[in-house]
Amino acid sequence: MADIATIAFTGLGLCFFIAGTIGLLRFPDVFTRLHALTKADNLGLGFITLGMLFQVEGWREMALLVLIWALTLLAAGTVSQLIARAALKDRSG
Amino acid sequence: MSALTLYALTGSAAIGIGFYGLIAARHLLRRIVAFNLIGSGLFLFFGATGARGGAADPVPQALIITGIVVALSASALAVGLLVAHARVAGRVVLPEEEDGG
Amino acid sequence: MTWAFDAALCALILGVAFATVLGRGVFRSIVFFIVYGLLMAVAWVRLDAVDVALAEAAIGAGLTGVLFLTTFGRLARNVSDDAAPGRFHLPAALACGGLTGALAWAWFAMPAPVRREWELPPAGVENPVTAVLLNFRAWDTLLESIVLLAALIGLWMMARDGDWGNRLGLPQHVRPGGVMAGFGRLLPPVGFLVGVYLVYVGADQPGGAFQGGTVLAAVGLVAAMAGLVRPPRIAAHRWRVALVAGPSVFLVAGLAGAVLGAGFLTLPEPVAGTAIFVIEVGLAISIAVTLVFLVLGPPEGERRE
Repeated sequence: MADIATIAFTGLGLCFFIAGTIGLLRFPDVFTRLHALTKADNLGLGFITLGMLFQVEGWREMALLVLIWALTLLAAGTVSQLIARAALKDRSG
Repeated sequence: MSALTLYALTGSAAIGIGFYGLIAARHLLRRIVAFNLIGSGLFLFFGATGARGGAADPVPQALIITGIVVALSASALAVGLLVAHARVAGRVVLPEEEDGG
Repeated sequence: MTWAFDAALCALILGVAFATVLGRGVFRSIVFFIVYGLLMAVAWVRLDAVDVALAEAAIGAGLTGVLFLTTFGRLARNVSDDAAPGRFHLPAALACGGLTGALAWAWFAMPAPVRREWELPPAGVENPVTAVLLNFRAWDTLLESIVLLAALIGLWMMARDGDWGNRLGLPQHVRPGGVMAGFGRLLPPVGFLVGVYLVYVGADQPGGAFQGGTVLAAVGLVAAMAGLVRPPRIAAHRWRVALVAGPSVFLVAGLAGAVLGAGFLTLPEPVAGTAIFVIEVGLAISIAVTLVFLVLGPPEGERRE
């Protein structure tokens, strides 16, 4: 039962990653690519984390997995903001 | 072909690719990156060798960790030399490779 | 099933390695190198070497990638043009193909391994890699900590005489209320906890001084890049104490072993666990500070136009 849930959520996360990657490869400029990357990849990672939660036992391991996802969100959000600002300066400067 | 053989062959290929990058790249920073590629491939080859005996062998793993840290130190020093060279010469290519040859 | 995963991972590693070496542009090469390092970390987990995976992800992919990216930015200040891409070099490609073939032949020609059933002698810690690093092959680790210091001194010698009194690295320009400043406030507490935990837990589980020290170095680098902490000057004495704390503690422990009659750098069994912990703490501090200074670089003056 837990395995089915893991496979389902991980598959869903994979779909989001594929969508994000197609966006990265096909979109014309930096801003649209950033949009595709962050939206799709953060959701994709969230679903994969959700799938992993079914495989571990104990609250501590579950909390650690969620912490990993939260840290990745924080880093991805910061980095995409910085990239967008640098690209904006490049375009207008 | 077992999984260990796969990793050993990948390590060998990474060493070959890294050496090609070291020789053929003109930009000096790409040469330093290729040098790190050689190091990583070498560690993978060594690690696959160490994992052959069944249980994980801790001695190769300890040596590889040491190697990773030393590779970083070497890269930092190489990068410092590169920046100093660029500051003095104004170019990031060695003088003998300046003309498109 | 796992063979398919290994095969896919190895194919990805090779593809990314090709992209690193043959791709257009230095920046692309650096980014692919970081991806290569992360894939290597997964490969290490598959090879049952979790400590190595942690070290590769933190040092090999993380810190080395940051080093290369900051160097790329630094070069863009000094050099106006990028080097033209090189042509395909056939003799080198053939020679490297031969090298790969020779290594592959060496792998297949190695004699079959003996199945080991021995166990490590009691070392005071449960993690066998930590036991090997800090107890059985402590000489290697001691020299490695001194090599780190030597690389830092070599790097500092690249500074110009006039810049010697300045702060390390390039001055950072960060908007006071911006995203980077916010990140620099949010990440260091969590990162510090994770780093200390990695050092502490390295005695019994995967972790250790190098991995934990690298995480602490990353925390310091984020704080410096966010403009919250200004890098110290070279002549600051407290930082010099932190730099040599690791090798000194190690040397003192080794000499204490000699004085107590067990031999230089041999830890007598009753105190082995405590001694390893003390050495790890000292090493972690030294490694963190040394890595921060290595990545920050020598002191630089104001930008010369």
